[in-house]
Amino acid sequence: MSQRKNLAVLAVVALTLAACGGTTKSSTEGQNTAAPETSAGKADPNAPLKEGLKIAYLPKQLNNPYTDVEVGGGKVAVGEIKGEYKLVGPNDASASSQVSYINTLIQQQQNVIVVAANDPNAVCPSLNQARKAGIKVVTFDSDASKTCRDAFINQATTQGIGESLVKMASELAGGSGEIAILSATPNATNQNSWIKVMQTELAKPENAKLKLVKIAYGNDDDQKSFTEAQGLLQSYPNLKVIVSPTTVGIAAASRYVSASSYKGKVAITGLGLPNQMRQYVKDGTVKKFALWNPADIGYLAAYAGAAMSSGQITGAQGEKFKAGKLGEYTIGADGEIVLGPPTEFTAANIDQFNF
Amino acid sequence: MSAELTEVRAARFLNWNVAIIALTVIVLIVAAATVDSFGTSQNFGFLVLDLLPIALVALPMTLVIVTGEIDLSVASTLGLSSAVMGYLWNANQPIESIIPLCLLLGAVLGAVNGLFVTVLGLPSLAVTIGTLALYRGLAFVVLGDSAVADFPAVYTDWVTGTIGGTSIPDVLIIIVVLAVVFGVVLHATPIGRAVFAVGAGEQAARFAGVRPGRLKFWLYVASGLISGLAGVLWTLRYSSARADNGAGLELAVVAAVLLGGVSIFGGKGALPGVIAGVVLLGSLQNALRLSDVSNEALNVVTGVLLIVSVLAPNLARSVLQRRRT
Amino acid sequence: MTAVDLPAPRRSSLDVVLKVRELGIVIALAVLVAVTTISNPRFLSGQSIRDILLGTAILAVLAVGQAVVVITRNIDLSVGSVLGLSAFTVGTLLQNSPRLPVIVVLVVGAAVGAVCGVVNGALVRFGNVPALVVTLGTLYVVRGITYFWAGGSQINADELPSGFLDFGNATVLGIPYLVLLAILVLVVTGVVLRNYRTGRELYAMGSSPQAARLAGIPVGRRTIGAFVVSGALAGLAGVLFAARFGTIDAAAGTGYELNVVAAVVVGGVAVFGGSGTVWGAALGALLLTTIASSLAVLEINQFWQQAIVGGLILLAIGADRLVAVRVAAGLKKRGSHVS
Repeated sequence: MSQRKNLAVLAVVALTLAACGGTTKSSTEGQNTAAPETSAGKADPNAPLKEGLKIAYLPKQLNNPYTDVEVGGGKVAVGEIKGEYKLVGPNDASASSQVSYINTLIQQQQNVIVVAANDPNAVCPSLNQARKAGIKVVTFDSDASKTCRDAFINQATTQGIGESLVKMASELAGGSGEIAILSATPNATNQNSWIKVMQTELAKPENAKLKLVKIAYGNDDDQKSFTEAQGLLQSYPNLKVIVSPTTVGIAAASRYVSASSYKGKVAITGLGLPNQMRQYVKDGTVKKFALWNPADIGYLAAYAGAAMSSGQITGAQGEKFKAGKLGEYTIGADGEIVLGPPTEFTAANIDQFNF
Repeated sequence: MSAELTEVRAARFLNWNVAIIALTVIVLIVAAATVDSFGTSQNFGFLVLDLLPIALVALPMTLVIVTGEIDLSVASTLGLSSAVMGYLWNANQPIESIIPLCLLLGAVLGAVNGLFVTVLGLPSLAVTIGTLALYRGLAFVVLGDSAVADFPAVYTDWVTGTIGGTSIPDVLIIIVVLAVVFGVVLHATPIGRAVFAVGAGEQAARFAGVRPGRLKFWLYVASGLISGLAGVLWTLRYSSARADNGAGLELAVVAAVLLGGVSIFGGKGALPGVIAGVVLLGSLQNALRLSDVSNEALNVVTGVLLIVSVLAPNLARSVLQRRRT
Repeated sequence: MTAVDLPAPRRSSLDVVLKVRELGIVIALAVLVAVTTISNPRFLSGQSIRDILLGTAILAVLAVGQAVVVITRNIDLSVGSVLGLSAFTVGTLLQNSPRLPVIVVLVVGAAVGAVCGVVNGALVRFGNVPALVVTLGTLYVVRGITYFWAGGSQINADELPSGFLDFGNATVLGIPYLVLLAILVLVVTGVVLRNYRTGRELYAMGSSPQAARLAGIPVGRRTIGAFVVSGALAGLAGVLFAARFGTIDAAAGTGYELNVVAAVVVGGVAVFGGSGTVWGAALGALLLTTIASSLAVLEINQFWQQAIVGGLILLAIGADRLVAVRVAAGLKKRGSHVS
């Protein structure tokens, strides 16, 4: 009985507080966005790259073939600059387990943390703790909040990817017809910004005959993507193209279509890994798809982190640094470093790539 | 049950309690001596924060398991509490009323479990597997796959902060206070005696004037309430409300409780052992991670520890019996 | 709960109850299919039915194994991890020797699972450790082993021999091989449980372990046997998984245990043993798979799926309880008339 009364009291207290007003989202807006002070200092473009830098990679999750290629490039670069390479990460793509790993890396006194954030905000406090301890934080693949990293390696401009996805879809559909998108998770930052560009592109008059009927989410889970592709084809009998801007989704959709009665009727395109897609390109399910070279992302991140840790750059706009075989890069607004344009893969060129 | 037998049982579980506490202390000492930066105050803070949800939820779970039931829905309750917190925050509600509402929500979710188990008399394993899926599903319905961030810094800083100038994390206060409360209730009040009595045999307990149904119901409410609290703290710690927060945590909690010497059949267990179990699991994981042992090894260690924690006392007993006869 | 080691009238009334129980699932299925089809007729197209059946095949094989264990009043939570280990084993095997006949692959997968089952069963029997604890532990351990072994590697469809992938897609008279295999497993297990002494003994153990022991049933051996069956079927499901999806990594089958237990419980197998059939479990698997599929077609937010599964579990055990209470009351009445 007494407990019940307590609960009632609790509820009343809650409601009273609600009535009186308290800390709400709008009352705190803008308060949390202030960047912490970091030891920015001055950049010295002529400083030599330090040797023996400890550079740790923390991808979204381990055991993901795409991630393996990315960090593989990082390992090569760390070797070139005579640093110490380390790879850690969770088996599930959860934000909370990444935090534990960041904490561990702080304890181990790494020089650079290269991280692909599972949640742009959840990793922030830990990353800022790392920066306070003098560790340089470079994000890749999926950015963290601007306030808690020093630089972000962007695989390609959002605009460029969105445009190239629509261009491929339009070519495959013959300029008109129904298309659908099979994305990663509904809150995947990258995918959502590309989809937004695609929607703007599709609204243009030259694409008026293309109709986007549905955006489905496969959660970057192979099976879920498989089932979602299946659902799309059942729900939209006139579907001409499935565009999947994620490597997991495009592989799953291709696998489903290649073994189903839809093969040859529905085209698949999007962003995929050549090794995963080779079979479907050869059996005709997939005519063309695109991607940047993921190994270059990890490679560039290592050089950016090392340059920062050596004092060559601070992450401010306009600073330049050399990234080994990739040549010279310039830091853009908000500490973004853009890798370059994506490559299109077709039956004619796919055998030249191995990743 | 003869008095002698009770004594033997008491002695045995006391032994396990001592053993697990000793083992925990040894692990802590070895880790501090051999693993670089395990013993730093900063790492202590990280360790406590990592332990927080498991430590909190393990407290009511201990009581639930001692009565012979189980609650597998705790992690989903945590997730739903977190999702609702994010939803209300997005709806521009004041945090001061969101937090109590989330605790209340947890208590209600626990009460639903309790009703199914006590009023309908359904097996708690099946009920809470059902609500495990249901609550997690509802969390996704509430918040979808999106994440809500930007909780007020005053609150998030408190959760990740330390007391004054010391290196003692703020949240340790919550853990200690609740641990003492649950410890006293279980080991020094009539409620605690009733919990053990129900676990040892419901019929007998009923004859002794205990109302097992009512007791269990309130234990489920407590379990839900604490899980709701864990959801709030989880959200503030990562300043991120997500529907998948804490997924899979129920297994770690059950593992820690059983490792702490609580019998899955009910009737046996002690809170100090459970706390030791929680600390043992957490510090082992922390130390192994600092030594760059892979995640996979952590899985294997957890699983093996779980089995061994039940297997070892059983084997020891049968060896003793054989020697005696 | 319900007891089976009682005279004949009880058994027959129990059979009626079970039939009603399974009829309930069939009706639910029919309504679901009807509603979905009305909203989108393509739901009943050949391809769509084939997809649902393929999805069910894997879950049903797991559910049959789980039902056998649950009937003996145990539980096997390690099935998802065992599925992953088996799938990765056969994937690696096929990478290295692509010419292996499919039957050998099936046997290897089942054998991997059976070994896990022996470990589970032996710990339960000789270690006196409750099945829940043992299989929770092996859930972690087996998954950890798979991760260790796989590292970051993933086996892609193009690395698997086409003969094996064809096995995942090919059909006989329009029915996929995988489905036929699942039906075979279901029928054999169903017949053994219903008509053979060993099968009936499992029910007796689940109803009352003490009584079963007194009646001379080798409870320990049967327990290990049940876990071996569940393990072997989980291993077999791993092979089916590999053949159907073609992409295998160390995370294959993560979280499956929840779906499997759900299918079994929804299918009317009592969690405390002694009652239920593998037919019900398979129907439960079919229902769950159909729900997932029709949510996508009905364009209902996919997030509802898990909540619906949870609600179904509660509904199923609640309904079972009510029926059990009714039957018990009815029996009491009849018993008093006789005496």
